[in-house]
Parts: sequence; C-alpha cells; structure tokens
Amino acid sequence: MCGIAGIIYRDGPHAVGEDMKQMLQSMKHRGPDSTGYALYGTPSEAFRMRITLADTNTKRDFDFAERLVRRRAEVEGRLHAVGASVTEIDETTDYTSTFTFDYSGDLKTLADQVESVRDTQVLSLGHALEIVKDIGDAETVAAQYNLDKMQGTHAIGHVRMATESDVDIAGAHPYWAYPFSDIAVVHNGQLTNYFYWRRRLERNGHRFQSACDSEIIAVYLAERMSEGASLEDAMNQSMEELDGVFTYLCVTADSLGMAKDELAAKPLVLYESDDIIAVASEEIAIREVVPGEIETYDPFEGEVMVWTR
Amino acid sequence: MDAVVGESQITYDARGLVEVDDTVLGVAVVKDGKATIDASELTTRKINLEIRSLVYEQGIEDVTILNPGGKHSLGVGILTRCKMTFEGSLGYFALGVIDGPEVTVNGRVGWSACENMMAGVVVINGNAGSLTGAAIRGGDLVIKGRVGARTGIDQKGGTIIITGDAGSNTGFMMQRGRQLLLGDVGPHLGDSMYDGIIYVAGKVKSLGADCVPGEMTDEDLEFVTRKMGLYDLGTPPELQKFVCGKKLYNYDNLEPHERKLVL
Repeated sequence: MCGIAGIIYRDGPHAVGEDMKQMLQSMKHRGPDSTGYALYGTPSEAFRMRITLADTNTKRDFDFAERLVRRRAEVEGRLHAVGASVTEIDETTDYTSTFTFDYSGDLKTLADQVESVRDTQVLSLGHALEIVKDIGDAETVAAQYNLDKMQGTHAIGHVRMATESDVDIAGAHPYWAYPFSDIAVVHNGQLTNYFYWRRRLERNGHRFQSACDSEIIAVYLAERMSEGASLEDAMNQSMEELDGVFTYLCVTADSLGMAKDELAAKPLVLYESDDIIAVASEEIAIREVVPGEIETYDPFEGEVMVWTR
Repeated sequence: MDAVVGESQITYDARGLVEVDDTVLGVAVVKDGKATIDASELTTRKINLEIRSLVYEQGIEDVTILNPGGKHSLGVGILTRCKMTFEGSLGYFALGVIDGPEVTVNGRVGWSACENMMAGVVVINGNAGSLTGAAIRGGDLVIKGRVGARTGIDQKGGTIIITGDAGSNTGFMMQRGRQLLLGDVGPHLGDSMYDGIIYVAGKVKSLGADCVPGEMTDEDLEFVTRKMGLYDLGTPPELQKFVCGKKLYNYDNLEPHERKLVL
C-alpha cells in the first residue's frame, strides 16, 4: 500500500523533521515496514553525504563491528583519493555515517568510489538534501537519527509496505537520483515497465542500488533533467513513458512536485495555502501539521504539479 | 456501559461491527433529544460505538459529531433512520453500508465514501476522493464540491449528484440509478456501463466503452428539477444525457449449467 507525504514552506525554514515525522506516523497503518525521509536543510557550500556501511540483512557476525570501522576508514580514504577534503564525520549509528566535505570534481566518480567499498550505499549526496531511511515506524527512525531538531524548507517522506522487494534499507524510499545531487523521489504504486527502463538507463551508464521499482523514477527524472528538461517537463514526460499505477513526489533543491498516473489508482490529497503546501496519501497526515478545518482535494488523473518555495 | 454482543447490554444487531468486549464510553452530551459527541480524543471504534449506542439503544434521532479530524470509517453500518451531522472532514470509507440515515458532512470525505449505501440521504459540503458512492443501491448522495476518479463505480441504484468537476471513469460499470454531474467530467465517462442514466452539465473529456448520448425527455427534466430543488441547487442547466449503448450485451440468457439442462 505505502504512504507518501510532502511538505514545502514558502515562508522560510521550519521544524521540517518534526512535521514530517508526525505526518508519516499518522499513516503508519499504510506501511509499517520501513520509513524514509528526504529533508532539505539550509544549503551549505560543502557537500553532505549520508551512507550506510551495512544493510538490515547483512550478517551481524563476530567481526561485524570491526568491519564497520574498517569500511568507514576506507570510505574516508577513497574520498581523499578523489580529491575531496573531509571536514566532518558524524557517526549517526554504528552502521550509518554522514560525511561533510568540499569537492569540485565529478559526483559520479566520487559516488562510484564510495560504493565500491563492500556493502556501502550512498543514501544521499548534496548541498542541502539529507535522506534518512531505516526499518521501523516514523518515530523510531526519527529518534534514531535525531530528526526532531532538523530545520528545513521542504521534505518528502514515505512509509513502506514492501511488495516488490525486500524489507531493508536498500528497498526503503526515498531514492536519490544517483549521481545527480539534491534530487529525491518517493513513490506509491507499481511500475510495470521496470526492466525496460532499468536496462535502458543502465546502458546509459546509470547504476541501481536496489531491486525496487521506485528507484527507476528518480534516475529517470535525473536523466531527463540532465538533458536540459525542467522538473515539470521531466515529470510530464514520465507520465507518457512510465507504465503502471503510481503517485509519486519529487523534490529538488528548491521545488516539490507531484504526479499521478492516468488511472488515478493511488491516492493523494492536497492542501495549498499562501505559506504552506502539504500533500499526503491521506488527509489525516495533513491535519497533523495544519490544524483546524481545512479545504483539501484530490488531484485528478494524469496531473502533474510543481511548487517552488 | 458494557456493550457485549449476545448478552443483555446490546439489543440491536451488531453484525460484526462491534468488538465483543468493547465498552461504550458514554461521552455524548444529550440535550433536548439531540446528542453531541466531541470526537477529537476518541478512536474510530469508540466514535462508531458511541453513535450506535445513541441511535439504537437510547433512541436519539439527531447526533452531531464534532472534530472528526479526517478519521477513517466513521458512521459506517447505521441501519436505522436518524440524523447525523459531522462538523469536519472524514477519511476513507466514511458512511459505508448505511441504510436510512440523513447525513450532513460539513467538510471533505476521502476515498470510498458511502460505499454500498442502501437508503438515506448524504450531503457532503466539500470535496470527495475517488470511488465516491461505490456500489450504492439506493438513496441520494450529494457532493457539493469536486470528486476524484470512478465515482459511482458499480452503482446499482440511487442518485449521485456532483456539483463540481469529476475525474476519470465516472459511472464505471454502473448498472442502475442516476448520476447528475453539474461540472466538467474526466475521460472514460460511463465506461462499460450496463444501464442507468448519467446527466452532465459541463464538458465531457471522453466517453468510455459503450456509453452513448441519449435523448433528454420530459421525465428526465422533471426528475432533475425535483432533485435539484430538494438540495437547493437552483434550476437545471442545459444537460447532456448518457446511457448504455448495449453493444456489449453479448450475454447468453442462461448460465452454462442451465444451458446444459435445457439442451
């Protein structure tokens, strides 16, 4: 089933981590397997990269802790090797880390280097984007990664009921558009031409972190935008070229977009006011952040909307 | 008060809608035969149990529910005549399988509102999600706002009135009853409908399989005028009528096992 939510503030930064947590927690019944956040904080000059050094299903054997330390050091070494100067390493949990570094080279080279360390995945990479995802409900994940204090301008989130791939961090949303920084996608639905697009995009040199169909959307949009399309154009094109039932949300450094398939088979409720736009699979999620009686509606089939902060 | 199915406390047919050991909180305020429930701190189950207790056991005929807060499945399975007013929005599956109540919702409803309604009147003063009035068999469902896709899917009777725009596949597989759509309508209107009538005042994006324009008759106009008068919607605008073309009627009159018997 899955639940998705998105929020964008037009009047500057808010406690976006806390708001998104409440939205997602209210939709826990739509997906108890894993929860993911893509949060946009204050943009910085330096890059921030979140990685996992082991997935949920990686064996926790005798050497596990030692291996994590070794891998973290290896990632740092490879960042140095490609010319990045690491300024901060935040060990959020034993198997995830956040690296802050200055870098001016090619992002794909850097991400490829980091991911060639065994079992390592780059969750997000950008100047403002931070993706946090793990198994458990919204409150569990938010507490684990200290999201309550996070300030930001926009965010999307996802609660997952796994249907197409495993319950692990690689299968959790949101996906970032590897290797394009600051783009993330959450999705509710199924894509039926997944392998067609996966093969096509792989031939163009993209690589996929997971076997989850939703990852296609992120990479697809990034590919279109790298060819010069705007977010809205890319999303409109995806309505023609992606097949299946889906409603997805996409965020870039300064905008939030939604797209709903031709069959309108997956729900989305929309609330729009002068200083806030909130979208979610269910109205109860919007009510968590916008108190009082509000006017909301369902976008129609085949609709694409983009809001800029 | 304990509401225990099969024991003395519950006197009505709960039909699987109440947990056997659930307890009615009794938080409703009753004044002059009218009850008010503040639902802000209650769970879905407690709200529904409270409504049931009021209309079935205490004989209250007018219930107002404050702060429903977009919760799902509120007001389902009420099988008696009464008046219900929801001051706020409801979530998914609101007012499903009801038979008899007269309901006003001052807010929005989510997906599958009034699914399988048998009789009664429901007026929604707001927008509605997809699958509104799915498989309804009777009664009037009035949405004073816009609706999502597949409104009145599998409709088997009753009347659905939408004042705003409607999404795709409206009247999908409808079998009987009438729809009055006063706004614009999305693609595939009346797709694979078996019977029934759809009146549209706005623009129709496209017609579905086997849905064809029909002739407006005096009876049609009389029906529409009466219904619009009932719900203060003014006088009927210029309407297009759509019915089933009956081109997909490729049925055998007999079921396979019956045919075997006859031949």
